[in-house]
Amino acid sequence: MADDKIRVLVAKPGLDGHDRGAKVVARALRDAGMEVIYTGIRQTPDMIAEAALQEDVDVIGLSILSGAHMELFPRIIEALRTREIAPDEVLLFAGGIIPDADIQPLKDLGFQAIFGPGTSTQDIIKFVRDWAATRPVRAT
Amino acid sequence: MPTVEDLVERLFAGNRRALSRLLTLIENDTPEGRRALKQIYPRSGAAHTVGLTGSAGAGKSTLSGALARELRRRDRTLGIVAIDPTSPFSQGALLGDRIRMQDLTSDPSVFLRSMATRGNLGGLAPSTSGVVTALDAFGMDVVLVETVGAGQDEVEVAAMADTTVVVLTPGAGDDVQAMKAGIMEIADILVVNKSDLPNADLFYRQMSAIYESYSAARNGWQTPILKTSGAEQEGIEALVDALDQHRAHIESTQQREAHRIEQARHQVLALARQRLIDQLVADHTTDGRLDEIVARVARREMDPHSGADELIA
Ligand code: B12
Ligand SMILES: Nc1nc2c(ncn2[C@@H]2O[C@H](COP(=O)(O)OP(=O)(O)OP(=O)(O)O)[C@@H](O)[C@H]2O)c(=O)[nH]1
Ligand SMILES: [Mg+2]
Repeated sequence: MADDKIRVLVAKPGLDGHDRGAKVVARALRDAGMEVIYTGIRQTPDMIAEAALQEDVDVIGLSILSGAHMELFPRIIEALRTREIAPDEVLLFAGGIIPDADIQPLKDLGFQAIFGPGTSTQDIIKFVRDWAATRPVRAT
Repeated sequence: MPTVEDLVERLFAGNRRALSRLLTLIENDTPEGRRALKQIYPRSGAAHTVGLTGSAGAGKSTLSGALARELRRRDRTLGIVAIDPTSPFSQGALLGDRIRMQDLTSDPSVFLRSMATRGNLGGLAPSTSGVVTALDAFGMDVVLVETVGAGQDEVEVAAMADTTVVVLTPGAGDDVQAMKAGIMEIADILVVNKSDLPNADLFYRQMSAIYESYSAARNGWQTPILKTSGAEQEGIEALVDALDQHRAHIESTQQREAHRIEQARHQVLALARQRLIDQLVADHTTDGRLDEIVARVARREMDPHSGADELIA
């Protein structure tokens, strides 16, 4: 059975219409054999956290190019916590236009990686697979 | 670490995270998932299960969203299971049905779960019925199942759902498709969707004419043909009324019993079939007999029927 299927949520928070990167990443992960839920653009932190809960995903990937990440990402983490989803239970990562100076603060929040423009999708796939291979067994 | 029993208890207490975790265990057909189903199944059966089927792009997800909004207006709680195909090449899937139902995400009385077919034919995923059971036992008034738009062989959903809605669209070759695939026979409600399109009325009249000419009432139920536009939220009240009428019909006297027995028979046989074939393949992959027989059939030394006989023997 496919009980090792990796389920991924790819979401675009805020009023950011740049969706090419999110779609590229979603398709690449699908082609790598994962089940990818794409929610579309203009998602509020609550919508993203609620979709993560309903879909019981292993991975949450946020794509943002608007510059609003330092405002939105902490609210997403908060919305996840309200739903009993701790950041370390899932792989939480992001991509888009994110200045270097913001990377460490985001990692401190629970983001495991940030991928900027020009990242090869192979690197993203490898990152997810490596994480899946070493993650602790999930509590039922 | 919570046990399955804890999760089941929290499910019955209305905890959505527990429901979600259980759906995963059931979908993956793990031993825990089976144990959970054993406990959940006796407390299911109250929900009205509705299957929504039709060719790819017929507007099923948009219509599900519209239906959900109307059901919520009538204060019903609901679970939605949206199924999309697994790629046969990568075994991955892009599940995009949520895009059409974004506004429902923040409604605490709605729970939407996307599923990939994981190699199953017939429009459903292998464990769809288990997932529906859990949403039903969670207490949802209605559970909507959107099948993949394969356009054929969707009888599986009809065997599982209380009410099957077949969605057709004008100008998509759906008239011929519907005739061919025997999809009309499974429809409890036939919907001509995208009624906002210019050629919709003509298509609706054609379908009505075709359908009336050969459909007799089945078990005292005359399948209605309705016009809807999911995008414009039109005709949706009439559709929900029809769902309620069909539900009332199958709830009537002996109908319900007969319907439930058919559903149960289908599920037991489908699972038994799957297990037998899995067992057969596993056994004869290990001992090499499957490959050996296949090779002989390929070389025309043996016909496929004899091959199957030998495999089972
Ligand atoms: C194409 C583009 C547009 C298109 C978008 C089309 C679309 N549907 O996507 C259009 C013309 C519509 C547009 C509009 C605007 N844009 Co513009 N746009 C770009 C541009 C040139 C390229 C973006 C792109 O598509 N790249 C290709 C994709 C594949 O790359 P990517 O998104 O970076 O994704 C990769 C990685 O970042 C990563 N990744 C991305 N997401 C994720 C998610 C996960 C989970 C992971 C793991 C990885 C990952 O992996 C991907 C593959 O390598 C960028 C400049 C740039 N060089 O990035 C500006 C840019 C993003 N735009 C910008 C701006 C300001 C705008 C506008 C506000 C302009 C205006 N004043 O009108 C509008 C806003 C539109 C809106 N509603 O949001 C600014 C943003 C500035 C900022 N953040 O500080 C940029 C950076 C240009 C600039 N230098 O000023 N834009
Ligand atoms: N004109 C019109 N277009 C619609 C309507 N409903 C959906 N569409 C469009 O039809 C396309 C498919 O809609 P979906 O709701 O995703 O259809 P679906 O049947 O769920 O598609 P799959 O799940 O991919 O099989 C989209 O481009 C919609 O915008 C409608 O009522 N009228
Ligand atoms: Mg759909």
